[in-house]
Amino acid sequence: MNRLLPWRVAAWGLGIIPLLFAVKWTLQSRLGANPVEFLEHYTGDWTLRLLLTTMAMTPLRMLTRLTEPIRVRRILGLWTFTFLCLHFSIYLVFDLGLSVLQLGEDLVKRTYITLGFTAWLMLLSLAITSTTGWQRRLKRRWTTLHQLIYPAAILGVIHYLWLVKADTREPLLYLAILLTLLAFRLPWSHWVQDSRLKESASSETH
Amino acid sequence: MLIKVSHPHPIKPSEITPESTFRDRRRFLLNMGLATASATLGGCDSPSSDRATNIGQASLTVNKTSAMAGGENVTAYEDITHYNNFYEFGTGKQDPARNAGRLRIRPWSVVVDGECEAPGHIDIDDLINPQALEERIYRHRCVEVWSMVAPWTGLPLAELLKRFRPTSNAKFVAFYTLFDSQQMPDTARGVLNWPYREGLRIDEAMHPLAFLSVGLYGRVLPNQNGAPLRLTIPWKYGFKSIKSIVRIQFTERRPATTWNQLASEEYGFYSNVNPAVDHPRWSQARERRLGELFKRKTLLFNGYPEVASLYSSMDLRTFF
Repeated sequence: MNRLLPWRVAAWGLGIIPLLFAVKWTLQSRLGANPVEFLEHYTGDWTLRLLLTTMAMTPLRMLTRLTEPIRVRRILGLWTFTFLCLHFSIYLVFDLGLSVLQLGEDLVKRTYITLGFTAWLMLLSLAITSTTGWQRRLKRRWTTLHQLIYPAAILGVIHYLWLVKADTREPLLYLAILLTLLAFRLPWSHWVQDSRLKESASSETH
Repeated sequence: MLIKVSHPHPIKPSEITPESTFRDRRRFLLNMGLATASATLGGCDSPSSDRATNIGQASLTVNKTSAMAGGENVTAYEDITHYNNFYEFGTGKQDPARNAGRLRIRPWSVVVDGECEAPGHIDIDDLINPQALEERIYRHRCVEVWSMVAPWTGLPLAELLKRFRPTSNAKFVAFYTLFDSQQMPDTARGVLNWPYREGLRIDEAMHPLAFLSVGLYGRVLPNQNGAPLRLTIPWKYGFKSIKSIVRIQFTERRPATTWNQLASEEYGFYSNVNPAVDHPRWSQARERRLGELFKRKTLLFNGYPEVASLYSSMDLRTFF
């Protein structure tokens, strides 16, 4: 348990610290000339950062052979969803004035909104089923369901890339990290593991 | 009998300078303390940590003021000067305020050429008579769905253009921004096709609302807002109002314009503010005024219906 503690502190810190900064700057009126836009971009950025961090836990376990990354994955995932909900709420309240009609119009006409909203629905289902109870109830299907994180991440990055005017550096950086993390899920990692297993197995027989 | 004596200067400076700007010095000192505090926290970069204002800009003589924003509140100086699109100094909204100090605005000369009888290479101080400046309070609407109201100091564009006696072949006017990678390090990345260029049809350029600005808030224009000379075309999206002009060229054919070159289906040559014509990726029906939280409705021609006659025979959906 003691070995897990620093990992848990780090995972909570990754969520709480950026949130506290947002609160601090809001209270001090230091969000610049367009505070709504600032908070939309800030919460969107942190959603992607936390999402990619969550997805980095499996590769981290593969590389370090530690189990702690997997055990703090849920905390990171729920913080991701928290930032996503903040991001979505700011848009609903300040951009749309809570108009359902305008939301419908955006969902139909604005592709980046359609993509973002779909990603939110996916992560919503993951957040709901994140409890141990749901994990037991769904058994093997839980793992299948939670692979929704992959399409959600892809949609999230495209959502960002779609609305940039000319300077695509930042969204492309997210895309590069995402592709790297996805590459860990490709079968080649199994081949490597398989060959390692074979090696160790063959060395044992000798 | 009521005798109403009008004030010689219809708008008092206290009316156009929001209280927040008057309080700025104290806020600056406060923020310096907070900046120290947050520096110890480290890691995160405050969006407004850089509060060094350019309110120390030299004053200009303003002969008359025309409030042409329907009585709407003027946006805070701090906001107008710290929320800019000037990609030569970075693509972030705060980058120009941070980096435009590198721009040398004197000596500065402007080349005027093309279809005119009196072309020339004129020093800015010979081009602009500081005793003949007026102020216009205009709405400014960016294609990115934010807007502001700014008091510009300058002169009607037509007044300056006529001095060069454009010929009957002058159907358009092209404008070019300075392109100097020494002063503008961000141009090395080639986000846009430098130099930044813009253009107007000659009748648009000669319209009485078309304005050339050398000042803001009655003071010399800050570099990040396009010093020493910029266009101010209030009925068009902000990117048409080109900054830091070094060349004006009368042309017979429609000139190439930067954003149009990058994505012609998204940024038209005309780019008149029009709530009915969406940007392909987002709606233009509403806008967020700097200093306000909720969006307001966007007005056709940004609330300047007097320019409508320029486009009476055109389909604004085709010629967006």
